[in-house]
Amino acid sequence: MAVHTSRTAAQAAGDTNVARGRGRGGLKHALATHWYAWTMVAPVALVLGVIIGWPLVRGIYLSLTDANERNVARTIGANTIEASYEFVGLDNYTAVLSDPVFWQRLVWTVVWTVVCVSVTFALGLALANMLNRNFRGRGFYRMALILPWAVPGFVSVFAWRFLFNRDNGILNKVLEGGGIAAVPWLDDPTWAKLSVITVNVWLGVPFMMVALLGGLQSIPGELYEAAEMDGAGAWQRFRHITLPGLRSVSMTVILLSTIWTFNMFPVIFLLTRGGPGDSTEILVTQAFREAFVSSPRDFAGSATWGVLILALLMIFALVYRRSLRKQGEVW
Amino acid sequence: MTVATSVTEPAAATERAAVRKPGAVRGRGERSPLASVALHATLIGASVIAVFPVLWVLLTSIKPAKDAISTDFVKDPTLENYRYLVESTSFFTWFANSVLVAGVTTVLGVFIAATTGYAVSRFRFPGMKPLMWTLLVTQMFPMAILIVPLYNLMGQLGLLNQPVGLIITYLTIAVPFCAWMMKGFFDTIPVEIDESGRVDGLNPFGTFWRLILPLARPGLAVTAFYSFITAWGEVAYASAFMVGDDNLTLAGGLQTFVTQYTANWGPMTAASVLIAIPAAIVFVFAQRHLVAGMTAGATKG
Repeated sequence: MAVHTSRTAAQAAGDTNVARGRGRGGLKHALATHWYAWTMVAPVALVLGVIIGWPLVRGIYLSLTDANERNVARTIGANTIEASYEFVGLDNYTAVLSDPVFWQRLVWTVVWTVVCVSVTFALGLALANMLNRNFRGRGFYRMALILPWAVPGFVSVFAWRFLFNRDNGILNKVLEGGGIAAVPWLDDPTWAKLSVITVNVWLGVPFMMVALLGGLQSIPGELYEAAEMDGAGAWQRFRHITLPGLRSVSMTVILLSTIWTFNMFPVIFLLTRGGPGDSTEILVTQAFREAFVSSPRDFAGSATWGVLILALLMIFALVYRRSLRKQGEVW
Repeated sequence: MTVATSVTEPAAATERAAVRKPGAVRGRGERSPLASVALHATLIGASVIAVFPVLWVLLTSIKPAKDAISTDFVKDPTLENYRYLVESTSFFTWFANSVLVAGVTTVLGVFIAATTGYAVSRFRFPGMKPLMWTLLVTQMFPMAILIVPLYNLMGQLGLLNQPVGLIITYLTIAVPFCAWMMKGFFDTIPVEIDESGRVDGLNPFGTFWRLILPLARPGLAVTAFYSFITAWGEVAYASAFMVGDDNLTLAGGLQTFVTQYTANWGPMTAASVLIAIPAAIVFVFAQRHLVAGMTAGATKG
């Protein structure tokens, strides 16, 4: 919700349309009105344009060619070899989409995203509700629970690999102590899936919790008082005050966390490298594999996967936004 | 400064009141001992799960390397692993590189995110909608796929092996989210403050810099925390763009070390601790503001 600061801002909204129709004079006018705003956003626009826009355009172009390690421009010793890849139209897309591998990866990526986001959200909500009460040691608990967020991602993934280690990891040592056979945490397809989800939830809960805790604190206490007067029980208060009060913050964090989880490269790659076999491979790690691991390195294929991922996420964001709008949420 | 305290304090007070009031009214003060025990037990359990993996790495790092896989919590504490690490790697060079890259990314990231957030929050201007969408869409980019084109681009711009190249890349990761959050935060600061600045003859930049920025400190703290963490722990770009011992960042450098000696748990855990410590320090400074800063940012974002 943008707030109009001044006369100019209020006018500007109306002026936009007028300015477009008036040509150069209008442009000058628009410049005079909006130069503050444009100056302030210029650095972002510039950096994003160059660093994201250009690679994106190039990625889309590559996905329409047959570029791979052998035919891109490269330098071997003193010789420079010109690029010799050709434009092939939509061939890559037909190839990828008709390949069952893509659909397998897509199904697992969706399962992974849905499970991770819903578990993270549920845990974050529960913990935020607990921390939103008044009791001794609250600050301490809060700090301990946010800690996973403060540790660089690959360090915590390493820490988990250390715990999960089949022969020497502490988890299996503890199970052994209890007389339970060692669990192949990262070596069995099903366990590996559970393990990557566990680690990702562990990494994601602090962000959820902090965001929801903030949301809880912005719900006016009077609402609870009024509900209590009307004889609402704890569950009813939660259902009819807390949840609606958290709506807008939830919508934002769920959207962001869905996008982040869908593309969560480091957790999968560092924990299992997509394995055992290809059981934990999600779309992003597969795209990475095409470009960096497979031989010959298939740049066009990788770009195709990348464009498909982006398209899926954009469709998701649009649908999500539209469904919010239908329910009267302005975003 | 006076403005800042006078406005944030009531805000903090209401926040505290909001927390306390339902408790008092709902008779939470008389929470049964059983409920209290359950609450603490759950939170202790959750805290243990949150802290344990990190703590375990810390404990392992001060065991002698040969005992790294033992399950004792503490065994012959020693700093041997750290000594080994500092002596056999270019640790201090990497550390300096990291501080440079993460520091500059944080300062620039906070500044750029704040100006963008402010512009989007306060003005309606042509290009605002597309900009908001771009900020969201950039979050969707599979970074693994951008690496190759970005590498080529950086090569053409002559920025490979330069801290600048890495800083620009990190800014593109950190700034979109931060700008979103700052927009939400600025939305909660009353417009009257801007207007009073205007009346006193400040231009929009002056208003932003002298009046609004000091009020936005919780938001800035979160933004700084996020930018720093992003830049400090990033590995993929760092190891792709920077070549040679002298140019690597700490995360990039220790990562190569970590994969090189896969069975060598002792020094690896020490390396992890050394990377985590600066991040933890920043976290301790920022965590006071995290909830307040995210509240505004996320609710309105």
